[in-house]
Amino acid sequence: MRPLKTLKKLYEEEAHIVVTERSSPPRVIFSGEDLLQEYLPEGTRVILPRPPMGGVPNLKAAVRWALNHPEGSEPLHALLKPGMRVTVALDDLSVPLPPMRAPDVRQTILEIVLELFADSGVDDVHLVVANGLNRRLTPTELRRMVGGRIYDAFGPDRIYNHDAEDPGGMVSKGEGVALNRRAAESNLIVYVSLSGVPTGPRTVATGLTDYATLKAAEAKGVERLGQAVEKILRIFQIEAALNNRMFDGPASFLGRKEEEYTEIDRLKLQAMRFGLQRLPRTAKRKLLFNLPAAYEVIGVHAGAPAATREKVAELCARQHVVPVEGQADVLIFGVPYVSPHSVNSILNPILLQAVGLGDLLSLHRGTPLLRKGGVIVLCHPAYDEFEPAHHPSSIEFFHRLLPETRDAKILKEKYERAFAENPSYVHLYRKGNAYHGVHPFQLWYRSEAGRQHAGKVIVAGAENNHVPEVLGWDRADTLSEAIEAARGFAGRSAQLSFVHSPPSLLTDVRAGA
Amino acid sequence: MPPAKAAFFDIEGTLVRTNVVHAYAYYAANRGSALGIAARLLGTVASIPAFAGLDLIDRKAFQTFHGRYYAGFSEDRLLALADDYFEDALKGAIYPQAYDLIDEARRAGCRIVMVSGALDFTVHPLAHHLGADHLIANRLQFVGGFASGKLIPPIIEGANKANAVRNFCVREGVALDQSYGYSDSVSDYAMLSVVGRPTAVNPDLRLRALARAYDWPVLDLS
Repeated sequence: MRPLKTLKKLYEEEAHIVVTERSSPPRVIFSGEDLLQEYLPEGTRVILPRPPMGGVPNLKAAVRWALNHPEGSEPLHALLKPGMRVTVALDDLSVPLPPMRAPDVRQTILEIVLELFADSGVDDVHLVVANGLNRRLTPTELRRMVGGRIYDAFGPDRIYNHDAEDPGGMVSKGEGVALNRRAAESNLIVYVSLSGVPTGPRTVATGLTDYATLKAAEAKGVERLGQAVEKILRIFQIEAALNNRMFDGPASFLGRKEEEYTEIDRLKLQAMRFGLQRLPRTAKRKLLFNLPAAYEVIGVHAGAPAATREKVAELCARQHVVPVEGQADVLIFGVPYVSPHSVNSILNPILLQAVGLGDLLSLHRGTPLLRKGGVIVLCHPAYDEFEPAHHPSSIEFFHRLLPETRDAKILKEKYERAFAENPSYVHLYRKGNAYHGVHPFQLWYRSEAGRQHAGKVIVAGAENNHVPEVLGWDRADTLSEAIEAARGFAGRSAQLSFVHSPPSLLTDVRAGA
Repeated sequence: MPPAKAAFFDIEGTLVRTNVVHAYAYYAANRGSALGIAARLLGTVASIPAFAGLDLIDRKAFQTFHGRYYAGFSEDRLLALADDYFEDALKGAIYPQAYDLIDEARRAGCRIVMVSGALDFTVHPLAHHLGADHLIANRLQFVGGFASGKLIPPIIEGANKANAVRNFCVREGVALDQSYGYSDSVSDYAMLSVVGRPTAVNPDLRLRALARAYDWPVLDLS
């Protein structure tokens, strides 16, 4: 008999992989604002997220410990001098997804940090949302993120969104790098960040710079930009790692594998599906965005940005990385209602392709989960809907540019600059709550690798023909039809894998047996 | 070298809160005896339904009808009052975000062109204040130093506004398809259609619906 330790390790490695059998229950799959319940073919490999790790018992204590035991830096209190100018940079709404229940972890961190500033005689403090070219947060969203007390104390002059198009608000720091003036002229930047699935190094640089700098950084990589900015600015990073407890309370069953559902869970699922099917889509969105996630902090680190990121990435990997044996020929994803760029908004066709071919397909370490030339099946209605207040340039991008070409190189050379400079888009970004004019281009380039990697994309449940056609995809009415079509392309013996997300996970693909 | 481009801005309702009738009301209230002022103001108020009706039915007829009200005004008086009208009425009615929008257009490399159905002398100080490079507006005919009440064709409205924009681009070597158009009213649908990048600004219901249908951006200036 194997020792208990070996058995435990084996269980930990394989508990999140289920191979579908004849008696397996139907899988619950997100399809936009709806929940599908579908039987998958026998032999389909279902890849599930790891169970949520336990959160730290005392978050405030964990933050204080991190501030006093930083990585590669002096403790925060030692960096503070009376009269100095400090800027606190905050991540925008793209993390975590969906937004977490109040109080947001950032609020807790800020309460501790701001108290420390006051005790150290640091009064010149601004809070800046490092939204980069993403949309400005509304006052309600900002208040929810930092808490009413901080918002009222700092607003509106000392808590605001970064404006990459404000000619007076940016300052050149040489080598083609322009930065937020307030941040660049501060003695210290405190970057408060949250991390979930470790998709790559996160840097405050992208959130505090402008279009020209980001464009220049494209060739060298964002990591290089981050390193350059970290040399220019004195940054103290505070980063909290989150677990994947996305669902809580009555919806907690959605975070478990279907084999573990109780009768009550099944009844709740049917009630939820019944309700969602009967609601108009706008109401469904409203309802779903009002269900905040119950994420917990599994660890906090602080200090020099690179060292802090490394520590947090290790922690996140323990929660989110799932080892998988061998690649898949056909990969099935349910695409939920929310993406990093559609919080309190609509997952429009440009975002759908960015999620399907960018975010979801790139959630792997090293070897991709899908073999080169394989088939991706996305479950989503692929509706032709846009939120004009948030994604105005995506409307033009989708309806005017994509019917002409999907070639990223042509789009970049012919249209990117015009979209970046369009005064209407600039105005909507600066004064409204719109993403920058080049946002759809950035999303399109980011998913270029996915487009080149996949042999075919089939969108299951698409409610129209033209959205898949414009995106260059096939469509199917149901998931079963999509799987049949995928097998027709990849072969009857194709290896099918279904990634059971959300919550998201990162696959670590090892050589197949 | 990229082709020259321009941003064409309608004025009334787009950059300022006022409309063309405000200008006449101001002039009417600043000319002649107290009795004359009262009579002209009452006449203007009584004509509001006619103005509104014509604006809805035929913009050209509206402009012609409106021009007649100026008959008999002396040219020097109209010009002299233009600066006062700007200071007293127009300046405070400019949407604060209009300055940002014009600045953003200039930073995009656009020449700033104001296109208005108002009389040129009434909006000239405003165009100057906003830093416009060109002004395209209606011109009043003067005979012997007094306004005849007729507008000099082509009357800048609807399709003629679009023609004026097109002619400007040809004359100035500006790429129409790279240029921007901004208006609040469905009566400027033609002008918005000829430019490459139209935008509805504080649009009326009909223009808002059109903008949504044609995927034009919509700005709500405040």
